[in-house]
Amino acid sequence: MKLGANTWVGGSLVGIAIAAAILAPWIALTDPVMDANLMNAELPPSWEFPFGTDAQGRDIYSRIVYGARVSLTVGIVSQICNSLIGVTLGLTAGFWGGWWDDVVSGLTNLMLAIPSLVFALAIMAILGPGLVSLVIALGLTSWSYSCRIARAQVLSLKSQGYVQAARILGYGDLRIMFTQVLPNILGPLIIIATLGMGGAILAEAALSFLGLGIRPPFPSWGSMLSEARDQIRTAPWLSVFPGLAIFFTVLGLNLLGDGLRDILDPQATTRRA
Amino acid sequence: MSAPLLEVDDLHITLQSDGKVFNAAEQVSFRIGRGEAFGLVGESGCGKSITALAVMGLLRRPLAVGRGRIVLDGEEIQHASAARWRELRGSRVGMIFQEPMTALNPLSPVGRQIAEMFVLHQNASWSEAMDRAEDALRQVQVPSPERRIKDYPHQLSGGMRQRVMIAIALACQPALLIADEPTTALDVTVQAEIIDLMTGLCAAKGTAILMISHDLGLVANMCRRVAVMYAGRIVESQPAEAIFATPRHPYTRGLVDSLPRLGERAKRGRQRLREIAGVVPSITAFPAGCRFNPRCPEATDTCRSTAPQVTRLPDGFVRCHHHG
Amino acid sequence: MLLVLVRRLGNIIPTLLAVVALVFLLFSVLPGSFISGMNEDGRSVMDPAVMERMRKEMGLDDPLHERFLKYVGKVATGDLGTSFRTREPVAKLMGARIWPSLKLVFAAMAFAICVGVTLGFLAALRPGSLIDTVSMVTAISGLSLSQFWFGLMLMYLFALMLNWLPSFGYGDGGLRNLILPAIALGVGPMALLARTTRAAVLDVLNADFVRTARSKGMSERRVVEWHVLRNALVLVVTIVGLQFGSLMGQAVVVEKLFSWPGVGSLLVDSVFQRDMPTVQGCILLIVLFFLFINTLVDLAYVAIDPRIRYG
Repeated sequence: MKLGANTWVGGSLVGIAIAAAILAPWIALTDPVMDANLMNAELPPSWEFPFGTDAQGRDIYSRIVYGARVSLTVGIVSQICNSLIGVTLGLTAGFWGGWWDDVVSGLTNLMLAIPSLVFALAIMAILGPGLVSLVIALGLTSWSYSCRIARAQVLSLKSQGYVQAARILGYGDLRIMFTQVLPNILGPLIIIATLGMGGAILAEAALSFLGLGIRPPFPSWGSMLSEARDQIRTAPWLSVFPGLAIFFTVLGLNLLGDGLRDILDPQATTRRA
Repeated sequence: MSAPLLEVDDLHITLQSDGKVFNAAEQVSFRIGRGEAFGLVGESGCGKSITALAVMGLLRRPLAVGRGRIVLDGEEIQHASAARWRELRGSRVGMIFQEPMTALNPLSPVGRQIAEMFVLHQNASWSEAMDRAEDALRQVQVPSPERRIKDYPHQLSGGMRQRVMIAIALACQPALLIADEPTTALDVTVQAEIIDLMTGLCAAKGTAILMISHDLGLVANMCRRVAVMYAGRIVESQPAEAIFATPRHPYTRGLVDSLPRLGERAKRGRQRLREIAGVVPSITAFPAGCRFNPRCPEATDTCRSTAPQVTRLPDGFVRCHHHG
Repeated sequence: MLLVLVRRLGNIIPTLLAVVALVFLLFSVLPGSFISGMNEDGRSVMDPAVMERMRKEMGLDDPLHERFLKYVGKVATGDLGTSFRTREPVAKLMGARIWPSLKLVFAAMAFAICVGVTLGFLAALRPGSLIDTVSMVTAISGLSLSQFWFGLMLMYLFALMLNWLPSFGYGDGGLRNLILPAIALGVGPMALLARTTRAAVLDVLNADFVRTARSKGMSERRVVEWHVLRNALVLVVTIVGLQFGSLMGQAVVVEKLFSWPGVGSLLVDSVFQRDMPTVQGCILLIVLFFLFINTLVDLAYVAIDPRIRYG
């Protein structure tokens, strides 16, 4: 099975991010929160501080490395959430049809009409800022994609008689869903989750930037950017490095998702020559 | 014999796949005289369609013309420039395809699609061209042509769309019409009408036809000479009556035998339909020696090891160790 | 044809109603959140009697369905409530902000279409070439960018370093202030459009009817002009529509970054100040915009694709 350049490059970038997150305590130079020495405030990159220091004198590099944990966790957890909700709703809607299908379809249309950032904002307005509400909000915004795929797959199988055959054999609904439908949509689901992770990381950055996500002093790439904004003139490196971290991680996820799409879902509309 | 209109000589068509080069068609040779109807028969995948595309210069990656010559009216065109092809296509050689629904632009009225021919090749203005398009529709026996020219393809039936395609292909009176399975996608009742229309129009205008089909009966009825292709090679080429009466190659014989015929049950009693066992080999895995040998009831060791040479016949040739 | 139009417009109403319901539910779900929000502001603790009076005024003690119906009625007549913060009608607050937001969204979309569709087209016409690779790398990078970070970098480079453009604010509403935020907002849609256009054009180039067109003796340029363009347009229009609709929502962060006085920054400010009526109003407006654009896209389809008209 030939793996394209996309998968390799993307996978490497993502791998680096994951490695940074896991190995943070060992590869960071300082404690990201506690080691704040105002004498070192806003120093440009140097041997001692590879990415410079922030307004509190903390090492940016270490904060970025620890920040990877936050971003990746938010990304993974929110995508798992979205997939679970989406697949459950989609499978049941397709299976049982009737009024439940109408409700789910209506909900899906509704979700598609509200821009995800706005929806997340609204939820965070109710729940207040913080990591937990961030994850909840992001976990609720993009389930409609996996829902549609699950539902479409169930309907297609239904029309092919698989479901009827299974029922005649005495299989229960749940079993049919798990053994027949799920394996077929696993590929597209993984792709959606991978690409969705990128989106979640960007959303987390945006929400933290607005001040609604992870609050300082805890390092998250987004909150680092919000702190950096005011110092853009005097200390531009404060903005550059967290932004680059976000960019490369999301790029990696997008490339990986594209590469996976070529392998797992070759009939997708995005095609290369 | 006067010079043939089209001469294909030892044509090879290559296919690039995964970095390797295969021959999708080899040593393809045939001639079509002016105004003559010539048939090219074979199962799916035997290379007949790509031969037709090669004659039109429409092969695209990963296919390409390799060795060999294509001579149209004395001019070698197998490596013609893009500009030359633009002049030739439509005005000297026309083509109709198998699926009339997808072969027409769904967003453009059929009249305009016919009119394009006149604007492209005869410098007509659009209003002139539309008038002539209406005439063209009349010629292919589409009722109410003045209304039909404004219709879109999805508003027409399959048979009508194919008539539109014929109108397009013959609009500029080409010397050769290539028909690639024109009736395969149509209802049986419509098939005969379309074939009659085609042959009638071409006879009237002196247009030669290269008829490509998997249906030997159809082709033998309308063409003067027939060539049979198998796995990228022409295995037999003879006049139509000879192909039916005295098929030489075992494959041709198998094709002729497999045609159901009226009255056969009365003659021979109840029998199963005869078929040729096995399947067409894929381009990447042609058998050694004679490519038909895995399916041939008369295969010998020679057949399995050496590719047969061409044996000339009074009006044609055959490629077989035993019947050449 | 008119029937199609009416039907499409009619489709908005149920969705809009559902959104109104959702917004209403979301912000009423915590009983008393409206009123208690004011306390958390850090203002002086309110007199319980005053709070009670406010609750009665706002009808917070009425049963849920009554409150909902009242709310729908108010929205239908354009009364979106009163801002907690400024005591002005929400509709008036938003009114001043709509035009700047529209300008920003339109400018961003114009940028996205010009650059994105062009790149996608060029890439599809020469697949596997250098321009194809460059276009697609640009596209996927554009999708991976954090819009506000990109805006920040643009701001740093063009405004602070080179001093060519103002770094924030609406200014006199002129073009100079619009450029940076529009590019920052438009880079995401630009990337998506580049990819989609490329895929759509490639699909069409491989279609049967394009082969027919070539067999007529048409030059490749004519083939593209007469046959490919319109057919690829359908898919591109879809994406433009989808992106356009959600741009106003995505503009939230860019507006905040550039201090752009639009609906998005109003929304963010209101969320911080827990000014619920304004939050509700902004969300409704953004969604309405999205639905409206969707309808326009539907209508555009009818104009482009005769199969829908006469099908």
